[in-house]
Amino acid sequence: MWDTVFPYLLSGISVGGQYALIAIGYTMVYGILRLINFAHGDVFMVAGIVMVYIAASGVPLWLSIPLVLIITALVGFLIERVAYKPLRSAPRMSVMISAIGVSYTLQNLVLYVTGGLNKQYPTIPWVSETIVLGAAKTKLVTVVTPILVIILVAALVTLINKTKIGMAMRAVSKDFETSQLMGIKINSVISATFVIGSFLAGVGSLLYFTNYSTVIQTSGAMPGLKAFVAAVFGGIGSIPGAVIGAFLIGIMENIIKGLDVILFKSGVITKPLGLATFSDAFTFALLIIILVVKPTGLFGEAATDKV
Amino acid sequence: MNKEQSKRPFIVTWVVVALIYAAVFISEQILPPSSMLFTVLKKGATYALVAVSMNLLNGFTGIFSLGQAGFMLIGAYVYGIFTIPVADRSQVYQYFDGGLVQFTVPVVTAMILSGVAAAFFAFLIGLPVLRLKSDYLAIATLGFAEIIRAIVQWNGLGPITNGSNLLRLFPNFNDFNIRNADGNVTVYLSTLVPFLISGVCIFLIVLLIRSNYGRAFKAIRDDEVAAEAMGINLAHHKQLSFCISSFFAGVGGAMLAMYQTTVQAKSFTSAMTYEILLIVVIGGVGSITGSVLSSFLFVACSEWWLRFLDEKQMIGDFEVPLLRNGFRLVVFSVIIMIVVLFFRRGIMGDRELWDMGADSKAERGTKQ
Amino acid sequence: MKKMLALIMILALMAPVFALADDMPVVKIGVYEPASGDSGAGGKQEALGVQYANVVTPTVVIGGVEYKVELVPADNGSSTDKAPSAAQKLVSENVSVALGSYGSSVSIAGSQYFADAKIPVIGLTCTNPQVTAGNSHYFRVCFLDDFQATVLANYVSKTLGANMVYCLGELGNDYDQGLIAFFTQQFEALGGSVIKEDFPTNTADFTSYLTNAAMYGADIFFCPVSIAYSTQIIQQAAAQGFEISILGGDTLDSNVVAEAAKGTNVSVVITTFYQEGANEEFDSGFKAWLNSDSEALTNNGGNDMVSAVSVMGYDGYYMALAALQAAGSPDSAAVMAALPSVAIDGVSGHIAFDEKGDAIRTSAFVKTINNETGEWIFVTEQTVE
Repeated sequence: MWDTVFPYLLSGISVGGQYALIAIGYTMVYGILRLINFAHGDVFMVAGIVMVYIAASGVPLWLSIPLVLIITALVGFLIERVAYKPLRSAPRMSVMISAIGVSYTLQNLVLYVTGGLNKQYPTIPWVSETIVLGAAKTKLVTVVTPILVIILVAALVTLINKTKIGMAMRAVSKDFETSQLMGIKINSVISATFVIGSFLAGVGSLLYFTNYSTVIQTSGAMPGLKAFVAAVFGGIGSIPGAVIGAFLIGIMENIIKGLDVILFKSGVITKPLGLATFSDAFTFALLIIILVVKPTGLFGEAATDKV
Repeated sequence: MNKEQSKRPFIVTWVVVALIYAAVFISEQILPPSSMLFTVLKKGATYALVAVSMNLLNGFTGIFSLGQAGFMLIGAYVYGIFTIPVADRSQVYQYFDGGLVQFTVPVVTAMILSGVAAAFFAFLIGLPVLRLKSDYLAIATLGFAEIIRAIVQWNGLGPITNGSNLLRLFPNFNDFNIRNADGNVTVYLSTLVPFLISGVCIFLIVLLIRSNYGRAFKAIRDDEVAAEAMGINLAHHKQLSFCISSFFAGVGGAMLAMYQTTVQAKSFTSAMTYEILLIVVIGGVGSITGSVLSSFLFVACSEWWLRFLDEKQMIGDFEVPLLRNGFRLVVFSVIIMIVVLFFRRGIMGDRELWDMGADSKAERGTKQ
Repeated sequence: MKKMLALIMILALMAPVFALADDMPVVKIGVYEPASGDSGAGGKQEALGVQYANVVTPTVVIGGVEYKVELVPADNGSSTDKAPSAAQKLVSENVSVALGSYGSSVSIAGSQYFADAKIPVIGLTCTNPQVTAGNSHYFRVCFLDDFQATVLANYVSKTLGANMVYCLGELGNDYDQGLIAFFTQQFEALGGSVIKEDFPTNTADFTSYLTNAAMYGADIFFCPVSIAYSTQIIQQAAAQGFEISILGGDTLDSNVVAEAAKGTNVSVVITTFYQEGANEEFDSGFKAWLNSDSEALTNNGGNDMVSAVSVMGYDGYYMALAALQAAGSPDSAAVMAALPSVAIDGVSGHIAFDEKGDAIRTSAFVKTINNETGEWIFVTEQTVE
């Protein structure tokens, strides 16, 4: 039984860790701006494309990785400055529409640059090596991902709890206007949020595309949506929640894909049911159920609306 | 919203609408049917209806839903399933022994059924989802559209939906042309009919918006709490708006099926919803006239006027730089971002053709 | 902004005026191929074949007059909702005949628009039987899904001796699903068993599907999916140490796929229309052209390997020229009337149409990837018997 389930768990943990890195970006931005940053998944995709082009131009790997992370953080910063900042006082719907517009623009730009062709992601040595874990063979990145996620989250939580900018972030997410009155430079706090979120999405893209190694303009859409679901599942606004939610989503998604086999092997069914068809649909069904049953997610704080 | 205004703006509106219809009819008889103009007009009329239905929800009731593609999908499939001629079913449902449904209904009945089916699903999904707040609602409806797509494509439903395969051979817009005994077209109606269908539907939406219900919707949009305090039943009105909007999205889906001549669930993606949302924004959130105008503009630009951006162009011996496949979409996205950021009111803001008095600048596609 | 737009519009409208500077009359051939979307890579390679043929033979003598052949591209975006306007664009440009498309569903989606305008279309690699069934304007130069499925089933069952096949298709893609359906029929008739699963569009993580196949104890992993998905599947199979052979249809026949399997232990077997090396003259000419044109080289996936779809594009172009000559006029209706009786000896073999408008084909090539060099190698020519 364990041998049957283990490969799915492994895939789930790996992809879950990558969702987690994206989900943090969603949850932090939502915590501060109350905005679903629809373009976040596309920032993740752009990070992948940038890596492809940097590697193709012959830049050595030790330089290309930090370069990709810096560029991705910069992209996040610019998106905020250009597309969200001018709409600070506009209704929430306008900002969301702007986010959708940015997502549309990024995808079309990448379509134009790549000519609509799939781009092969460069192989990053060491993490791409194949290792044997019990009954399953996999890339080293599968094991590296959860460890790296935990390290990064620990660092991020420390940053938020111990540093001045972290304190400012917490204050802004508690009360936007009051913190402004208290002298917090709101714009730099928001920029910092976007930079951190995009940076983590960049790290996520390095890991994700090492596993699933082609990049195309739509590559960010599904991981983005799944990460968002993870953030909601964990309780939007909560970083540990997003991470745990992401791992759970990743694992559940892969278990669903393998559920036929697991049931078949354990003798519950004699004929496959074709459940794998609904692996994506399941994620969304889960989202709707959570939203209806417990909109604050696993760890979210209940928000009260002021009249 | 002073109801005691003179009737003159309305007369002007009707005249404009009548002129547009006459122009469509006449140009269809004179110009060659292969002209790109008619493709744009047919698709534009379809998108106009869908955009207006989305505007009813997002612009007039303040419910930010992103499920439009899902409801269009339901409409398109219901239309296809009930109108494919029985004789052709064995060919269309080639992997499913001709499918389960072995009868057809008239085109108009099928279109109404499309709307009803979409509204029914909207009712079901609305029960839990409409209690959610703005952005949660958006993402839940987006998720719903994805689920619908997976279900329709599922092989288990193949005998009904044809699974992953196309539905085709159902009546399309060209079947509205009047032909003589030799099969040659005598009167072209293939563009006028979509205009009539979407015109009637949009007229119904306008009537709704100008009724007591419409005022309640706007009250909810402007301030939910205040609206509730005034005695408006929030759940009831939101559900009503959601179902009606979905009804017309379903009818729009059926029209899209007719325009495309084939239906495949794969094309009803969230990208389609975003496109329609952007049309609404460009036209002006809260303006029916704006949605209609911008539908035609959007379709004309994306399918026709800006297509040259995707191809190499030579001016003499000089090759225009940057032009290659995909550039059209880049230009398009930039225009959209400019509108979203700097012209937030869109083309029309929340004004309508009939608000503009005798000063009628709107040229085409405006139907009251 | 408005003025700028107007200026651009005027320039665009004037562009064709400059293009008409030549004296020779022009006959237009539409290239109805995806240049973006899931099938963008395949569509581009198919269009390359047409473009190369156009470079080799830029003119045609129709009814005693020499015409310059102009290719009119239209991107159908691999999507049935973009297909109508792409088809309509070709119609409004008055093409005499159209070629395409890569992907059957877009071919079917555009079909009605060509039919209404009485423009014949020559399908290059759209293998779904529904493309030509029940109409008189759609022809094709390739084989059909049911034929290909039979060939595959026979090969898998008789030559490879497999008993159980795991099939994986993209949800909502009628090509994958159709081929799998026909394959299942044929393979079960031969006494084998089939397990079928689907993945949603835009899936990137295939690890669990590969695990499923291994867990079920399948002998063959059949995934007739688009190039983008198959490269993912092969790479992830390599990382998992996947020991089951991967089987595919004509869509996998691309140098991009071969490149993905290079340096791995994954065995890939496919059926296709053409094997590089079968026509030395074509191969060397095509390669020389690719290497002389950097854009063409990029569209071919960055190297000069010959894909079968390019060959089909090349043959389709000559089929169109032959039809134009037979018709004796660039009028599309005349071309349509002439097409059923046209036959040529193409690079992919002798091509003639049956009463449905399908090319009469009796065999398909079976190819596999050499994992060391990342090239396709010829295995056998398989017939339905």
